[in-house]
Amino acid sequence: MVKLDAKIPQGPLAEKWTNYKAHQNLVNPSNKRRLDIIVVGTGLAGASAAASFGEMGFNVKVFGIHDSPRRAHSIAAQGGINAAKNYPNDGDSVYRLFYDTIKGGDYRAREANVYRLAEVSNNIIDQCVAQGVPFAREYGGLLDNRSFGGAQVSRTFYARGQTGQQLLLGAYSALSKEIKKGSVKMFTRREMLELVVIEGRARGIIVRDLITGKIERHSAHAVVLATGGYGNVFFLSTNAMASNGSAAWKVYKKGAFFGNPSFTQIHPTCIPVHGDYQSKLTLMSESLRNDGRIWVPKHKEDAEKIRKGELKPTQIPEDRRDYYLERRYPAFGNLVPRDVASRAAKERCDAGYGIGSTGLAVYLDFEDAIKRLGKHVIEARYGNLFQMYEKIVDENPYETPMMIYPAVHYTMGGIWVDYELQTTIPGLFAAGEANFSDHGANRLGASALMQGLSDGYFVLPYTIQNYLADQIRVPRFETNLPEFEEAEKAAKERIEKLLAINGTETVDTFHRRLGLIMWDLVGMSRKKEDLEKAITMIQELRKEFWKNVKVPGKNEMVNPELEKAIRVADYLELGELMARDALVREESCGGHFREEYQTEDGEALRDDKNFTYVSAWEYTGEDKEPKLNKEPLVFEFIEVKQRNYK
Amino acid sequence: MDLTLKIWRQASAGEKGKLVDYQVQNISSEASFLEMLDVLNERLVREGEDPVAFDHDCREGICGACSLYINGRPHGPDKGITTCQLHMRRFKDGETIVIEPWRAKPFPVIKDLMVDRSAFDEIIQAGGYVSINTGGVPDANAIPIPKRDADTAMDAAACIGCGACVAACKNASAMLFVSAKVSQFAVLPQGKIEARERVQNMVAKMDELGFGNCTNTYACEAECPKEISVSHIARMNREYLSAKLVSQIE
Ligand SMILES: Cc1cc2nc3c(=O)[nH]c(=O)nc-3n(C[C@H](O)[C@H](O)[C@H](O)COP(=O)(O)OP(=O)(O)OC[C@H]3O[C@@H](n4cnc5c(N)ncnc54)[C@H](O)[C@@H]3O)c2cc1C
Ligand code: FES
Repeated sequence: MVKLDAKIPQGPLAEKWTNYKAHQNLVNPSNKRRLDIIVVGTGLAGASAAASFGEMGFNVKVFGIHDSPRRAHSIAAQGGINAAKNYPNDGDSVYRLFYDTIKGGDYRAREANVYRLAEVSNNIIDQCVAQGVPFAREYGGLLDNRSFGGAQVSRTFYARGQTGQQLLLGAYSALSKEIKKGSVKMFTRREMLELVVIEGRARGIIVRDLITGKIERHSAHAVVLATGGYGNVFFLSTNAMASNGSAAWKVYKKGAFFGNPSFTQIHPTCIPVHGDYQSKLTLMSESLRNDGRIWVPKHKEDAEKIRKGELKPTQIPEDRRDYYLERRYPAFGNLVPRDVASRAAKERCDAGYGIGSTGLAVYLDFEDAIKRLGKHVIEARYGNLFQMYEKIVDENPYETPMMIYPAVHYTMGGIWVDYELQTTIPGLFAAGEANFSDHGANRLGASALMQGLSDGYFVLPYTIQNYLADQIRVPRFETNLPEFEEAEKAAKERIEKLLAINGTETVDTFHRRLGLIMWDLVGMSRKKEDLEKAITMIQELRKEFWKNVKVPGKNEMVNPELEKAIRVADYLELGELMARDALVREESCGGHFREEYQTEDGEALRDDKNFTYVSAWEYTGEDKEPKLNKEPLVFEFIEVKQRNYK
Repeated sequence: MDLTLKIWRQASAGEKGKLVDYQVQNISSEASFLEMLDVLNERLVREGEDPVAFDHDCREGICGACSLYINGRPHGPDKGITTCQLHMRRFKDGETIVIEPWRAKPFPVIKDLMVDRSAFDEIIQAGGYVSINTGGVPDANAIPIPKRDADTAMDAAACIGCGACVAACKNASAMLFVSAKVSQFAVLPQGKIEARERVQNMVAKMDELGFGNCTNTYACEAECPKEISVSHIARMNREYLSAKLVSQIE
């Protein structure tokens, strides 16, 4: 097994990052101009990194699949961003944010990284406000905070229900400023197909121009991957349609290890699935759980009548309702963490108490909150969400409870990185949702935005210099080197192969089938036989795909079917790795629930003795079993406890 | 439900386009408009035909990618929503629906219903930001801002950059888009320092890119999926005039 070095700096927890910065290598201004950095992705992580590198004087090339950097998936985040400002004076601190994040992640994240995240969280808010991000404010003119996702303090900053949009537009404005200045060059509608590695270091990428189909080569001294998460492996998720895992998968196949691939977050409050034509799922912000109460009928016969449309939820009296979260977790009630809330909903529905036409839904009810606070307060808090719900479901949530069900939302797993956010390929860094990140086995609400911006504004600008400092004598790379030739050839051959199959099934058909396997067998609750079955089924589906997929048209045109085919081909491999990872992790932790490992009352049962590690998978070749490497997690500063929300 | 679709097909920017008829059957009224197009495209692929290209991504009304001109209106018949939020229950069985791309000179067609909106990025690059670098900024609460101003800034900042305002305007004016950004910064103390240059540079860029003049028909506000108010145009005009005046005096 390879010994993974996380490069955690020495010293007490609270001083590690300061020590690192004090001793790291820097690049002087005249040398920065001679160094090129490629950033793939313009979401929060990519845009903030690219803008910051440009400001520092590096030559930056940034790529994205969208027509504008502003359309990256980060734009869709609703609820908010955490920081340890303690403005409300309710007892928050850097340490508490750190502690909550580690605990929320079920003790499967690295202490030093998470502490740094909590430490820079405050700088993020300062930065965004200085950019003109219009966060919500109180009448006195100062910033407003709310409590989010079960936190006992109010540390979440927000901009109505559009926090991701406003933060991304902030980063996009910083990026636009640098593009104008000429330090950053933006390449829109470009999809990365391959990483170019020269003498063991990342030196460039191969991209496809999504308008002309032209395959291009780009070189640099370092490459940053900020391409987001891979939740769309499940076909239906809250991710945007073009979110994908392909860039991460490509670098994995070039030697970057993949960390905790099975760690997926299933978000409890999404609009339930309603038809087989459905293309994606819509999140209803977690903030709704602050005032909404979750329930199902207490009696199966009521649930059945509701499913048949013979009974309305408003007709079910209080004593025939089961507020199962309040019942099971009296201390946290409706505000238990996402993984706990999702599993509890599944448990009730599987037991026959689910509602909606499919029986795969539970109620989120605002009746009490409206009585207590008045409709106008609820409208001010959640108006846009209620409107969105009504547009989709055609029911008025002020009058009848919302129907919700868990859906795939986020991937904690991703490319393995060390403390410097460097992957196992020197010169290749990963940021944002694309890395395996600081969230362990379960991410807390409002922490992904924090992590993306922390990586991009405040971590990479330091750590990448430490790498580039000894690269100053390395001249720019020509793109006619054999490594570029080879990578381009591989990309082209794959495209030609896909176009030549000319089978009978569409790409979406395969994607949907993969999604069902993943959801049923590698989803919210997992067990050995299922996971083994999933691996075989995915392998078979992959074979069938390469024999029978139908990709119309040619490469040299706008060809969305080809784009999807390239991504689904990768999902058909990544899905298998996820199942393998879930199989070897014989414990339940955070979002990873193995039915064999639970307490008597059905709670997740961790096995700290054997599984306090990050799994870091190593690619060994086409259709060969990947190799599992382990990075042991050492908890020096906090005591590892059983999570308890009762 | 069964529908007749008249869809604009155009192979590429250089080629001529035309409306082509398609029939779709058994569409659920619960489906979204884009899901209805997915169903059509899946069939076209099976039949070996070229599927219809259109921009889309988030499918929840926030990324600004979707951009269809439906029965003569940007984003279709409903007020205050994007194309991706439009649902088929809004249409009647047997109806004919005409689907076209945004039509405006600064937004050339790329293929079918996809247009090039990079002009909007260029306008932002001309000044839609506060020129500060990462780090070295004051504490967030060191800049108190009246709630009313913060709310106005947020109203303006809600723009998703979809371009419906331009598509709706007979002059292809981008005034609503540009004024939303100018306005956001004009009411915030952070934006005041560069306010004069910002408004002049962004307006100059908008003119240079070939967007038309505003003749106050307010079609932009009526069709904006985020219901951005034309009052931002008025604010921008004031900003612009005073910036001009000051630079003349100086
Ligand atoms: C509906 C929803 C709501 C959410 N709400 C919250 C919230 O309230 N708070 C919170 O903290 N988190 C939230 N999250 C999670 C959070 O939004 C994401 O984790 C985060 O925005 C990811 O940012 P990113 O920069 O890593 O990637 P993304 O924003 O996904 O950006 C990926 C970028 O990579 C580019 N890209 C992808 N593949 C390629 C390729 N092959 N080649 C070239 N470019 C490529 C894309 O064009 C894009 O620019 C939410 C997520 C969803 C789905
Ligand atoms: S697809 Fe994002 S706004 Fe419609």
